Amino acid sequence: MQFLADNFGLLWDAFLTTLSLSLLAGLLALVLGTLLAAARVSPIPPLRGLATFYVETFRNTPLTVVFFFMIFGLPQIDFILGFFTGAVLSLGLYTAAFVCEAVRSGINAVSAGQAEASRAIGLTFGQSLREVVLPQAFRTVVPPLGNVFIAMVKNSSIAAGFATSELSSLLPRLVNADAGQLTAVLLGVVIAYMLITLPLAFGVHRLERRVAILR
Amino acid sequence: MTTPVLFDVPGPKAKARIRIGTVIGALLILGLIALVLTRLAGNGQLDGQRWAVLFDARTGVPQTLGRTLVNTLEVAAVGMVVATLLGLLLAVGRLSEHAAVRWLAGLYIEFFRAIPLLVVIFALYFVLPKYGIRPSAFQALAGGLILYNSAVLAEIFRAGILSIDKGQREAALGLGMRKSQVMTLVLLPQATRRMLPVLIAQLVVLLKDSSLGFIIGYFELLRGARSLVEFFTPRFGSEYTFQLYVAAGLIYIVINVLLSQVAKYIEERTRRSAKAAAVKDVALPADAPMGDSSTASTT
Repeated sequence: MQFLADNFGLLWDAFLTTLSLSLLAGLLALVLGTLLAAARVSPIPPLRGLATFYVETFRNTPLTVVFFFMIFGLPQIDFILGFFTGAVLSLGLYTAAFVCEAVRSGINAVSAGQAEASRAIGLTFGQSLREVVLPQAFRTVVPPLGNVFIAMVKNSSIAAGFATSELSSLLPRLVNADAGQLTAVLLGVVIAYMLITLPLAFGVHRLERRVAILR
Repeated sequence: MTTPVLFDVPGPKAKARIRIGTVIGALLILGLIALVLTRLAGNGQLDGQRWAVLFDARTGVPQTLGRTLVNTLEVAAVGMVVATLLGLLLAVGRLSEHAAVRWLAGLYIEFFRAIPLLVVIFALYFVLPKYGIRPSAFQALAGGLILYNSAVLAEIFRAGILSIDKGQREAALGLGMRKSQVMTLVLLPQATRRMLPVLIAQLVVLLKDSSLGFIIGYFELLRGARSLVEFFTPRFGSEYTFQLYVAAGLIYIVINVLLSQVAKYIEERTRRSAKAAAVKDVALPADAPMGDSSTASTT
């Protein structure tokens, strides 16, 4: 435990890195994922095709491969990103595909009468999506979206393999410590992850009950 | 998409607008592709001879890629089999009538679903050696995949077992079967059939996760490509780097797409067959196809 106290600064920095990585990637995923979902239900066929292609590709690519391309592949064509930027982009682009699927299932869950009514009063596609369908869709997909984001926080650990010094990377970095010390670090890392995921799960649960629509 | 509810069927004007938009969009995308291609060509990355190395047996590249592919599939196969069996045991344990067994299985499942898979692998690979057990990269990777996925699979099996009409269980008990017989002869066969699509989706996730071996130095596809690059670079500079990375990435993607197609096919077949018609009503544990879809809490 003394060892943990001595290295508290290291643990704290790693915790903040994981937190900011998750927040930035989450924001990117939420925005991009919503746009992709809108594209997938849009009246323009090529847009639908493009969004479907994006989602299918990213859902079938291991996140490690996405990271690999971002960190080792892109420099080969002279796009050089920092390690942290690369991690945010990889995690965000990957998660966006899953956000898109969650939001789209929400759009499908909004009853057809809502969309028909908004068309009948003359709203355009964009208006009916923005003003009528999406606000209801988001309320129904709070639990699955929450799951996606909790999974994303856990997935952020993969950045450890690509030179981002976040929580998981502490284990290989402090590998020279003795048995008790390294076990303490492991415990600290596990608790630190739970400090993010448990409040997130709790918040999602509260939000779900708060915004639920009774049908 | 059958009849769109979100927009009217486009009339002539809207159709013209869409067509113009399509052309502009296509031009933009083509421009983007052209930009990437010129970048690549500018660096000479598109030379046929650079790509030929991937298929030239004399360089050892196809052999290495093939061997690493086998390594990837090997660890995934071991993980799939053991995790499925362990998941079954855990699911049965969590539904047990003995409180202690129920509690232990629940603790295991919730714990391993709450922490990142990579942390489990790191714990096996970096922390265990301190206690005198030295797992190889293969063992650490397979162990991590098994510990984590058995917890997720257990929840899938449990949802499947709980979704079987309780009359089945009561009828089987009424016939005088023992509890173990009810489980193995009546409940599990039906549950497995019902959960097959989700089960396979999770096994695809397991295959995807086997790429984590890259991080601890297991000789899987990405690591293979990386080591080839490290071998070539002092001799030829970074001439073949990009090609090798693309090849490794593409193999991964193709295998995953193929397996996903199998999963989709089985899902459609299951949905059609009347015996598993109730599959839609089952509350799945999170959405299994997601990378690591589990929640820390399912309160």
